[in-house]
Amino acid sequence: MDILAKVKEIIVEELGVEESEVTPEANFIEDLGADSLDTVELIMKFEEEFDIDIADEEAEKLTTVGKAIEYLKTKLG
Amino acid sequence: MKGFEDKIAVVTGSARGIGFAIAEAFAQNGATAVILDLNQEDVNNAVQKIDDAGLRAIGFVADVTDSDSINNIFKEIHHKFEKIDILVNNAGITKDGLIMKMKESDWDAVINVNLKGTFNCTQKVIRYMLKQKFGVIINITSIIGIMGNAGQANYAASKGGIIALTKSSAKEFSSRNIRVNAIAPGFIQTDMTAKLPKEVIDKYTAAIPLSCMGLPKDIANLCIFLASDEANYITGQTIQVDGGLLI
Repeated sequence: MDILAKVKEIIVEELGVEESEVTPEANFIEDLGADSLDTVELIMKFEEEFDIDIADEEAEKLTTVGKAIEYLKTKLG
Repeated sequence: MKGFEDKIAVVTGSARGIGFAIAEAFAQNGATAVILDLNQEDVNNAVQKIDDAGLRAIGFVADVTDSDSINNIFKEIHHKFEKIDILVNNAGITKDGLIMKMKESDWDAVINVNLKGTFNCTQKVIRYMLKQKFGVIINITSIIGIMGNAGQANYAASKGGIIALTKSSAKEFSSRNIRVNAIAPGFIQTDMTAKLPKEVIDKYTAAIPLSCMGLPKDIANLCIFLASDEANYITGQTIQVDGGLLI
C-alpha cells in the first residue's frame, strides 16, 4: 500500500483542500484550516482506513502532514 | 403538514408510548421512521402499524447501553439510506425508590439507559451528521430533570444530565449546522402512567394549570417543529411540554 498517497487522499477529502497544499510541513490547523472537530475526524478516518488504533496522546502529536505520515509509516511498518 | 420527504428519522425506545408517537409523526410528515427498541416483537408491531397506514418505517432491535451494537446499527442505517437526518433520543426507564433504600443496581440501570444511552447514540450518529454538515438531535428529558422528585433521584439525575449533555452537544456541533435540543415532558398519558391509581392521577392533574394530562402527540408535535427548518435558529434549549405544571 502506498501510505503517502493514501494519507494525502484522505486529507484532501476530509479537509477539502487542494493536493498541492498537502506538503509535509503543512500544519493541519494553521495551514490547512482544520478545526478541532476536523482533526478528530481525520484521526478517526486514519484509524478506519488503515485499521489501527491511534491513542489520544499519540494523536495530539500529529500536528502536521509530515508527522502523520511518519507516524503511520512506523505504525504500519 | 409535510416537509420531511427523503428524511431519515431515528427514534430510540419507539416501539410504544411517546417514542412511537414521535416515530409515527415523522412518518406522517413524509420521513422514513427508524424504530429502535429492545424487543423484536414490539419493534415488528410498531413497524407494521406505520406500514399499515401506508407510511415508511423500518426497525432494529437495539440496546442503547451497548455502544458497539449501537455503532453497528447506525452503520447499517447509514449504509442503507446514505444519510441520517434526525435522531431522537427517547429511550428511558424508571426504577423509583428513596435514596436511603435505592439499590446501586437501580441507580446504575437508570443512568445507563437514560444518560449513557443518549450519549452512545449521539456519539455514534454524529460522525455521519458531521460529514453531512446537517443534522438534528432531540433529547427527551423530563420536567423531573429540572425540578427533582422524591423517590426518583436516579431518574432526575439522568434527566438533568441529559439537559447538560444537550447544551454541550449543541456547542460542539453547531459549527457543522447540527442543532441539538431537549424536550421536557410533564405528565403524559402512556402505558406507564396508565398503571397509576386514579387518586394519584387526579392529584397530579389537579396541579396542572391546563387541567389535563398531556398526550404523546403533544411531544411528537414539538419534535416535528424542532426537526423542521422552521426551528433553524434554535439550539441548546430545553422546552417544557407540561401544561404549565412547572412554571
